[in-house]
Amino acid sequence: MIAAAEPTTTYYLILSAVLFSMGTVGVLVRRNPLVIFMCIELMLNAVNLSFVALSARFGNIDGQTAVFFVLVVAAAEVVVGLGIIIAILKRRPGATTDDLADLRG
Amino acid sequence: MLVFILASAMVLAGAVGVIVRANPVHAALSLVLTLFGVAVHFVALGAHFLAAVQVIVYAGAIVVLFLFVIMLLGVDKADDLSIEPFPIQRPLAAVVGVGLAGLVIAAIVRARDRIVEGTPLDSSGDSNIRQLADNLFRDWVFAFEFTSVLLIVAVVGTVVLARRTKPGPTSKAGDE
Repeated sequence: MIAAAEPTTTYYLILSAVLFSMGTVGVLVRRNPLVIFMCIELMLNAVNLSFVALSARFGNIDGQTAVFFVLVVAAAEVVVGLGIIIAILKRRPGATTDDLADLRG
Repeated sequence: MLVFILASAMVLAGAVGVIVRANPVHAALSLVLTLFGVAVHFVALGAHFLAAVQVIVYAGAIVVLFLFVIMLLGVDKADDLSIEPFPIQRPLAAVVGVGLAGLVIAAIVRARDRIVEGTPLDSSGDSNIRQLADNLFRDWVFAFEFTSVLLIVAVVGTVVLARRTKPGPTSKAGDE
């Protein structure tokens, strides 16, 4: 019965909302900067999913173009972010976000 | 619908894995599961090009970059998740997460009848790529060119960040 029904845009948007909230919770609870970055990727993917779902629903390809740009920005963001994390963790091995609360090392 | 349920299970299981796995390597591999699930959703929605790019760029490049950094820094030992510096942090985070999800879902459910249905996109054959290329290189070509500037800036910035400063008389301020 449930397998016959087509998934509507609302289902995709709800899945996207749940995924975004899980990413938020991950950013709030984890203390390893690398894992916090992964949770930010989760949030970006949730937004990408809602973009593509609404693009299919509206019949407008602009949403998929926006996802393309999000992918580019996410790649650049990860490169710069991981560079910063390497620079910090080389100097202070095993540092968590709580140890890095001050800008002055 | 079966595809939707299976892919959603992949996405949510991967997301839970990223949040609760103590070992960063396991968290990165759970992230791969989530990214593949999102790629399956993209295929189901007719966005074939983005599904391919999702697998290549996210699962291929970004997660490999994460794993490289984990190996490079040697932080692949498990975090001790039982340490809680702020005792109220996790309940508060759970409240924030549930509240955020509840608010957004309530908004979606309220607005679901007001979403105007457009003419469906043609997703047969390679028409998805044609439409996307047409849109990208006609309407958004300046934004596309600016992404190349962004990537150059990111690469140069990372090289500057990761550069090893030579110990010498000129660099006494930079070294600790």
